[in-house]
Amino acid sequence: MAATQNKQPVTGAGPLNGLLTWVDQRFPLISLWKEHAAEYYAPKNFNFWYYFGSLAMLVLVIQIVTGIFLVMHYKPDAAQAFASVEYIMRDVPFGWLIRYMHSTGASAFFIVIYLHMFRGLLYGSYRAPRELIWIFGMVIYLMLMAEAFFGYLLPWGQMSYWGAQVIVNLFDALPLIGPDLALWIRGDFVVSDATLNRFFAFHVIAIPLVLLGLVAAHLMALHEVGSNNPDGVEIKKNLGPDGHPVDGIPFHPYYTVKDTLGVMVFLALFAIAMFFMPEMGGYFLEYNNFVPADPLKTPNHIAPVWYFTPYYSILRATTAEFMYVLAAAVFAYGVLIWRTPLRGKGKAIALAGVIAVIVAFFAVEAKVWGVVFMGVSVMIFFLLPWLDQSPVKSIRYKGTLVRTALTLFVIVFLVLGYFGTQPVTDVGTRISQVGTLLYFSFFLLMPWYSRMDKVKPVPERVTG
Amino acid sequence: MMKTIKKIAAILLIVPALAWASEGEVKLDHAPIDPYDQESLQRGAHAFVNYCLNCHSASYMRYNRLRDLGLSEQQIRENLVFPDVKVGDLMKTAIDPKDAKEWFGTTPPDLTVVARSRSSHAGPGSDWLYTYLRTFYKDSTRPTGWNNVVYPNVGMPHALWQLQGEQVLKEGKQQAEGYMKTVHELALDKPGLMKPVEYDRFVADLVNYMTYMSEPARDDRTTVGLYALIVISILIALSYALKKAYWKDVH
Amino acid sequence: MAENDLDEGKRRFLLTATTVATGVAATAAAVPFVASMMPSERAKAAGAPVEVDVSRLEPGQRMIVEWRGKPVWVVRRTPEMLNTIKADDDRVADPESKRSVQPPYAKNEFRAAKPEYLVLVGICTHLGCSPVDRLQAQPEPFAADWHGGFYCPCHGSLFDLAGRVYKNKPAPDNLVVPPYKFVSDTTLVIGDDTKGA
Repeated sequence: MAATQNKQPVTGAGPLNGLLTWVDQRFPLISLWKEHAAEYYAPKNFNFWYYFGSLAMLVLVIQIVTGIFLVMHYKPDAAQAFASVEYIMRDVPFGWLIRYMHSTGASAFFIVIYLHMFRGLLYGSYRAPRELIWIFGMVIYLMLMAEAFFGYLLPWGQMSYWGAQVIVNLFDALPLIGPDLALWIRGDFVVSDATLNRFFAFHVIAIPLVLLGLVAAHLMALHEVGSNNPDGVEIKKNLGPDGHPVDGIPFHPYYTVKDTLGVMVFLALFAIAMFFMPEMGGYFLEYNNFVPADPLKTPNHIAPVWYFTPYYSILRATTAEFMYVLAAAVFAYGVLIWRTPLRGKGKAIALAGVIAVIVAFFAVEAKVWGVVFMGVSVMIFFLLPWLDQSPVKSIRYKGTLVRTALTLFVIVFLVLGYFGTQPVTDVGTRISQVGTLLYFSFFLLMPWYSRMDKVKPVPERVTG
Repeated sequence: MMKTIKKIAAILLIVPALAWASEGEVKLDHAPIDPYDQESLQRGAHAFVNYCLNCHSASYMRYNRLRDLGLSEQQIRENLVFPDVKVGDLMKTAIDPKDAKEWFGTTPPDLTVVARSRSSHAGPGSDWLYTYLRTFYKDSTRPTGWNNVVYPNVGMPHALWQLQGEQVLKEGKQQAEGYMKTVHELALDKPGLMKPVEYDRFVADLVNYMTYMSEPARDDRTTVGLYALIVISILIALSYALKKAYWKDVH
Repeated sequence: MAENDLDEGKRRFLLTATTVATGVAATAAAVPFVASMMPSERAKAAGAPVEVDVSRLEPGQRMIVEWRGKPVWVVRRTPEMLNTIKADDDRVADPESKRSVQPPYAKNEFRAAKPEYLVLVGICTHLGCSPVDRLQAQPEPFAADWHGGFYCPCHGSLFDLAGRVYKNKPAPDNLVVPPYKFVSDTTLVIGDDTKGA
């Protein structure tokens, strides 16, 4: 088969090959290329959902390159920041293009990452032996949130300012260390020039460096164990006579050409957004952010940028009376654990935990719990590899229970996201509270429903 | 009584769509602007420099950028720029912000990007500005003597009152789904230098210019965007064919 | 086998076409980024022509104007000063300004549109220091027989009252004359020499 014809890069004469040989004797260029591209065998049945990994890399590159050029003109100074952004939009040749690319890229990054994560949920890509890939990925996601948060302060508009003010004040809610921690983060009693400067440092230096390292780790872990696929079948279990997986194809050229197509289609959508609707109806660029930051006047309605709003909804849903509902829910969860046969001291520890949580619910005010739940709602993704007890990986062979749970989770995530962008209303809060319960149920009840689920038999080979 | 109603009705015919319910949001009038109408933009630029720039700045906008509107640097220098200002300068305001704060209680905001910041889910910022500049009315309870429908208790007096004339707010009743709804209407009390249609046109030109000013790169943006999409379409076609050619032997 | 060969040919063609097209597109995409590093509108506005009123400049005096962030000297030369320039011809490296930068209307004996007014960019052509003025003809530590001119404190280059560099000094060329024009007898525009308007 042509699929297995691999030409050796250093064959034949010519000055280029000579140079290649020279380099390869001093640096493992060819072996790296083989390991990660030409002889990295990926399952042949990747579908639509498998485009988003390479697209995330592309957006990272776009953000870094546009970011470098923006920093050439941007002034991280409370007195000049807003004006310097408008300077980029008007006076710098093609500054508008670079800025729109960066602002659209920020939202595109989250769209791509959310779809990439959803792929993981669909096909159980976090399951053994890929737990570390998932954990590295989650850390990347957290770093990305931090990067977006720090970056959002830089235009120094009203939303930048008050968004930072509100988020930093979340830390203020934490018991004991809270107020000092918030003060330390801001470096001032309010969000100010000092805050802007340190956020700038994190946004342009610290977090991008960490991100690059994590992306490398994410990929190294992936290439160590090999990619999952829509069937959740381990292709390495079926090796052909040549020692390569029979259901695998070399990443290069097959997936390089396929991902190139994906990149082009993505770029078309990206161009439509950045050239024809850069504000995206106030979701990519919020209207209020065209007003310079004014520490004396809060806008009537402040909402985080769309990619944070599901978690923001959970924060706002946590009212004092909702704590009773949550306490009841935690109690019910305790009963569930009690009735479940567990080995050793596991059950005692779990029950002690449940009691401690219920006591804590009423010992500490709801404001603090809102912050805690918001944090937990993000962090809980880390536990997925251990919460999922289904005997199969892929949604294709899972039963109605898990399928319903995942569908419901996606709907809840979107609904929470929607209400997070809206001003507070009674109905909105009620719906967000139901959403919060469902959100956590998806994760915390997973060990039970994923076991009870009626699964279909998994085939030996991938089904294409 | 009938006479008043008729009078209001007559005014409503001239100035349509200025009725709104006292409760709920004000419905914004659609601004009849055309970003490709250079004459309208030029008239708007004149109006902006003559009426707005006395108190407000547009300090991210350079005068010589007005070349975008089909004006030559010479025309800009002669018609739009104050004598002591250079044509490459930013549109700063004539008054000292400290004085302004003393006179109006607040510094008049910079207007460069106001057409973007006033956008909302109720409509684009141009609609807001178009409605705002046409709905000032006399209100003796306000320090300036003026109030506004879309921006209640605004600090700014009606800068264009000589052109528009003086409007007053009238309360009326309107049949609505089985009950009488209180409706507020604006009526022209003293006519100004312009007829209402002329004034609307004047404000539309001004808003057209302010919309341009909020994003001068808009025209470039869509042009470059079209070229980019053409190039990307070719790349999609090529990479699709390439993918097909390689994946032919994957079964 | 024949079919496989056909495939290889098609693949190679498409691969080349896509690579070339992507390369062209990437180059086009790089243009805005490269362009963004050119002077902005603000820089251009700051580099706009400067109007100078020379009515209060006394004969024998110099004034400094900032143009594009650089010092521009305007010296009102007396007839005696102009005479020294003629006498300097054998001292300077490029008496006829063949190598140096100046607009055509300043490529003459006095390097000026009007002999009375000397307009120069006050940046030494050696390594970019700004020379100091020693306009009077009197003995100086650096030249006992000094006719008046400019002295660069960085590396000792000497220039005469037409900005011409002395022989055997580090600076290779005469000082640069910027584009300028007189819009009236006493009003000078530096940075713009277009006729009309």
